[in-house]
Amino acid sequence: MLTILFWVLSAVMLASAMLVVAFRNPVNSAMSLVLSFIALAGLFVTLDAFFIGIIQVLVYAGAVMVLFLFIIMLLDLKAEARRKLNLAALGGGLAVLGGFVALIVQVVKSLPASKEEFPALTRTGYSDVADVGTTLFSGYNLPFQVIGVLLLVATVGVVILSRRTLR
Amino acid sequence: MNALTLGHYLLVSGLLFSIGLAGVLLRRNLLIIFMGLELMLNAANLSLVAFARHGVTTLGLPDYNAQVLVFFIITVAAAEVAVGLAIIVALYRLRQTTHIEDLDKMKF
Repeated sequence: MLTILFWVLSAVMLASAMLVVAFRNPVNSAMSLVLSFIALAGLFVTLDAFFIGIIQVLVYAGAVMVLFLFIIMLLDLKAEARRKLNLAALGGGLAVLGGFVALIVQVVKSLPASKEEFPALTRTGYSDVADVGTTLFSGYNLPFQVIGVLLLVATVGVVILSRRTLR
Repeated sequence: MNALTLGHYLLVSGLLFSIGLAGVLLRRNLLIIFMGLELMLNAANLSLVAFARHGVTTLGLPDYNAQVLVFFIITVAAAEVAVGLAIIVALYRLRQTTHIEDLDKMKF
């Protein structure tokens, strides 16, 4: 069951991620990015990370993608006109990608742990959210507050960047 | 069908990262490049969560330290998206384009 779910969700996620790169219209790209993020949230759930899965849907498929679509519509972007393809750049990019994928496959193959199955969770009836929260607030209290300051700084920065008088 | 191993998830995560890299390398639209960056961040999250599930603690639970790191990555990514899109909007106001070949003022 979990195996089938893994293959289906991975296929959906990778296919829609490819469509993000392939579509010429940014709105279509953004929509397939949403699908990719939702499938990724499903993959998190197959790994027993329920809280992270929910956060993924709320933050990425919700907030971030609304922001993306809002900006695309604000900028009134049309599907980009076909330009003369820079074949040298395209070939170079594909060569780098091919080498990168080969490298990743090699690294994953040579990692001894990658052949191990996931050990069973021996404790049942646990609360994922409570455990993540306990870890977050007991072990990572200072980073948590720093991240709060970061969000504040980002908000102020966005407001200043969006002012019309910016020159 | 074989049971799932850590390698399955790592490979999927690596492929997702490569697709994001393809978006950054091959596309010429700033917004699509930005979406490629998001895909790469999410690929890192997927491998972190897979390692968290692999490294079960003595309590018989997933390693929540890695999941907290994923939580931080998602937060930083959200802030990064907000600032990045604001910069793109400011750039669009100045130059009326998001095509990176038209943004060549700093090109030598």
